[in-house]
Order: sequence, then C-alpha cells, then structure tokens
Amino acid sequence: MSETNKAMIEQYRNSFLSEVEANVEEGEWVKMCMQCGVCSGSCPLGKHWAHPPQEIFMMIRAGKRDEVLTSDSMWMCTSCYNCVVRCPRQLPITHIMHGLATYAKKLGLAPKNQPTARFAEIFWNNMMKKGRVNELKLGLSLYFKDGFGAGIKESLRNKDLGMKMMKAKRMAASEFFGGHGVKDIGGVQKMIQKAQEIEDARMKKFD
Amino acid sequence: MTEVVATNQTILVVGGGISGMTAALEAAETGAQVVLVEKRPYLGGRVSQLYKYFPKLCHPTCGLEINQRRAKMNPNLTIVTGAEVSKLEGEAGNYTATVRLSPTYVNDNCTACGDCAKVVEAEFDDEYNYGMSKRKGAYLPHVMAHPMKYVLDPAIIGTDDAQKAKDACKYDAIDLDDEEKEIQFPVGAVVWATGWKPYDAAKIQPYGYDRFENVITNVEFERMADPKGPTGGKILRPSDGKEAKNVAFIQCAGSRDRNHLYHCSRICCMASLKQTHYVVDAYGDDADVSIYYIDIRAIDRFEDFYAEVQAMDNVKFIKSKVASVTLGENDNPCLNGVDTEGYHRYATEHDLVVLATGMEPSVSVDSFPVDVEINREGFIEPAEKNGGVFAAGCASDALDVNRAVQSATGAALKAIQVVNRVARAEG
Repeated sequence: MSETNKAMIEQYRNSFLSEVEANVEEGEWVKMCMQCGVCSGSCPLGKHWAHPPQEIFMMIRAGKRDEVLTSDSMWMCTSCYNCVVRCPRQLPITHIMHGLATYAKKLGLAPKNQPTARFAEIFWNNMMKKGRVNELKLGLSLYFKDGFGAGIKESLRNKDLGMKMMKAKRMAASEFFGGHGVKDIGGVQKMIQKAQEIEDARMKKFD
Repeated sequence: MTEVVATNQTILVVGGGISGMTAALEAAETGAQVVLVEKRPYLGGRVSQLYKYFPKLCHPTCGLEINQRRAKMNPNLTIVTGAEVSKLEGEAGNYTATVRLSPTYVNDNCTACGDCAKVVEAEFDDEYNYGMSKRKGAYLPHVMAHPMKYVLDPAIIGTDDAQKAKDACKYDAIDLDDEEKEIQFPVGAVVWATGWKPYDAAKIQPYGYDRFENVITNVEFERMADPKGPTGGKILRPSDGKEAKNVAFIQCAGSRDRNHLYHCSRICCMASLKQTHYVVDAYGDDADVSIYYIDIRAIDRFEDFYAEVQAMDNVKFIKSKVASVTLGENDNPCLNGVDTEGYHRYATEHDLVVLATGMEPSVSVDSFPVDVEINREGFIEPAEKNGGVFAAGCASDALDVNRAVQSATGAALKAIQVVNRVARAEG
C-alpha cells in the first residue's frame, strides 16, 4: 500500500471507535453493526431517546465523542433486551449501552440531572454502605433527590404504596435506623475497590 | 416404471429441479448414462412454481418446456419420479445407490384425461400453490407436469375416492395395490441437486406471519401473480379478497440474520424488485409499493433492473429492517421501525405485506444419506471427502436460476470426468 493510501486511510481512522473498543464493556462489537435499524425500532422507549442505539453506533464510528458520551440516550435503556434478541448480528446492545453509560460516568461526562443516571448513583451509594440495598432509604433518597419540598410531595403521593409494602413485609420502617447488611462490609468494600483498581489499570488513555 | 439399468459408469442425479434437470441433460447429451431421481411426482421443482424470471420478466415455462423436450428425446436419460435416495455407499467410480420408490398408484397408461379427478371428492391443500388453494385427491400437479400423469394422493388410498378414481379410468392406469419399493443400482458419480426450500416465515416471530392473514411470503405472492395460481393472477388480500394495491416488501426476512439464516439468500432483492413489477402491472398508477431493506443486492446486469424500479414514481425504498408488524385497522398489517436515513420512526399500514423470505437447503444437515462436507449454512462445500458426489445449484449455495444452471453444468462436468475415468480403467 502506498504512503498516500495509508495517509488517506488514517484520515478516516478515528480514535473514538478504538477508545470504545478498548474501554467500553462489549465495545468491540460496535464495528459489527450493519445499520439495519431493528434495535431502534424494537426499543419500547425508543421515541424518548435523543439517539437510538443504531445512531449511537454510527456516531461512535463517526468519532462524535462528546455527543455520544454526554448523551442521555444510553441512560434510557431499561434492559428489556428486545434489541438483543432481534439484532441480526447478535450484538449485545443492552450491555453496550450500559458499558457506554458506565464509561461516560467514569469520565465525568454523564448528564448531571438525568433521572436514571441519578438513580443509578443513588442505588450504588446505597448498596455500598451495607453491602445490601436498603429499600426504604433508596426510595426516600429517590423522592428527595430534587429537594425537600419535592421529596415530601413525592412521599405523600406514594404513601399508599409504601403502606402496602410494609403490610406485605416487603419494606420495614426499622430499616430507617441503620438497616440490615452483609456480615463483612469492610471486606466487600475492599473487594470492590480492588476491582475498580484493576479496571482503572486496564483503561487505555485516549485524548 | 421401476426398471433402472445402470453400471458404475452411470451418473446419478439427485433432484429434478432446474439444476438437476440441467446436470442430467448436459451429462446425457455427452453420451453418459444418467438416472435422474426426483422426490416429487414431476420435474421442474420450484422453478415450475415461478410466474416470471428476473431480469427479463419472461416465463419459466418456456425454458422448462425446452428441457422437457430434451429429456423426452434423450435415450441416455432415465427419469424416476416419486423417489428418494435413502442410501449411498461406496466411493467415486463405485457407488451403490439405494432408492426408495413411493407408490404412485398411476402407471404409464395415464393419458392425463382427468376423468379420475372429476369423480373424487375429498380436497387437500395444494402444495403447488403453497396451500393457498385446494386440489382433489386425484390431480395433475400443474399444467406442464412432466411426466404428464395424474397423481393419486396417498391419503385417499383405502377410501371410496380411490375406488371411484379407478372405476372412472378408461385406460386401466390406476393400480391401487401399488406399494413402496426399494431398488439398488450401481453408479459411478453423483450430482446432488436437492435444491432449497423457503425459510419458515413463522419463525420470524415479530413479523406475525402465523398471526396476520395479510402477511404472506414471496413464494406465495409469486403463485398469486400467476394467472394459473390460486387467485387467477389477481393480487388480493387473503383476509377479505380485496385488491392489494398498497404492498410492502420486507427484505432479509430470515436471511443475513444470525437468529435465522446466516447467509444472504441472494435472490430475494431481485425477487421483490420483480414482484414490484407485478403490482405496478396490475394496478398502474394506483399501485403503491414500499420496499423495506437493509441494502439492495442487485449485482452486475441486475443493477439496471434495480435502477428502473427505483425510477418508478409509485415505488418507495425505505432503508430499514422492520422491527415488528402489528395489526392496524381493517386487518392492515402495520410496519414499525426506524429508518437509517435520518432515524425517522415510522408506523405505516399497508394492504398486504410480502416477506422476502430466503432460501435454506431442502435437505437438513443430519439427513444426508452420504457423508459430504456441509458448511454452517447447510450447503455442500466442494471437498476431497465428497469423493464422486458433486453439489449442483441450491444444494451448493443460495443461487438464482441463472447461477444454479451454471453450477449444474459444472457439476455435470465433474461427474463426467469420474465416469470417464472408470470407463478408461475398465477399457
């Protein structure tokens, strides 16, 4: 291949696809997309996405790094797996969406007030405290995420549901004080920390 | 007709569709002895069920007639219908073929007068029209059937209909005591031309072929367009028999899909472009055709055909693999998806939806009577271990008629080389 050819190819080789392949879970599948669009059409929340999965894949290949990573699209995925079962090339689309969301969050590019992104964060922090999810506190943190007034309003709106859950023993008021957890929370936290270190060490640098 | 005279210089051709007929005739016309075994009661295979060929839009009956004439004239060719190869043992130049002959109940005295069909009453789904119409228990498979003989459905044997048919026959052509037989004969080489079958559209769950009456397959649509077909050549909705002017084609229905068929079936793009002509020919300016596609694969001279269809005012191309079909008003199938040119979401109703279903090999991987190399898609690969067995036409790959015939001619040559080698060795 001539030098001119190589230079021409270099123009079209964008680093964002390589970055996604290296750093995003299941990211190596992105290049397999043939742009048929069956994922976008199959997504039950598709019309609420700024960019459906098919478009996200094309944007990655077009090197639109900021647009992709700051997008709220992948945060809209509800893990219904409709796209995965229908994709003619069997791309793990759901997992790629979660991979992209995680990567955007890691880089601090995830949209700040996107509700599912906020919920994911609340869920994670909640779980990391005791090693188990405290449902009462999770619910409350979710209601109060937009401030005290909004929280009260939201709590009152859902009070019937809450009462029913308590009656059915799906939630306990005592959970508000401390709550149950795993035996060795310190060990769990250390384990997660170590896993994160390993993951961070594997991340490749792209500028 | 169960007498088969053969030697290890005989070529066995398995399958009497366009590929098998071609291979058999090409070989027989070089002077080789050929036995052609066909499962159906007649030759021609799926090509006989086509209304028109692409790209010339001429009628397959024309070519079939020529082939049938060649077959009748050639003393080197023995045709056995209603027969299946159940075993093939040996090696190149020295095989023993075991062939199972289904009872035909009709002998060569049959003049195709049709008296038997007039008196029988029970009706069955007509497989020639993919079940879109009914036929009697005594029937001529289609107007150009070769051999030109009536067929008795095994289901009527033992019923009053069978006796009625026998009594009505003036030529003593019906033998109700006919039984299944097995014959064995030597052959030197084998051309394997068992062809294809349409992929089972019901397996593509989101398209609702099994749930919506107005979702049909391309092979069914082909029968519909044929004046000799179930609707007399009219393009109608199965649900209410109304004219279907707004027709959608869904490409790659099953093909290029790891959940269904890995391969591109190669014919479906051209088939849908051809069938677009049927709709436009039938309804003129009132026709409204939409083709939903991933990409249109129309190679070399087919490109012109594609360009012509693209230029038609009442034909739309939507670059999108349809995500799902739902039921709209008046039994209209509604296609849902997102297009790739702009990511527009659509939910569009049509009178009739045609699934451009692909080809799968008609013999499943585990039921080959001989050990040959079979690829992931189920087609036969050329390989050393195949010995004197050569695949022709759609047994070797998804091919259109043109390429199937080329493939068959090539396979015939390979088979001739083997039997010539045997002939030389035996001096």
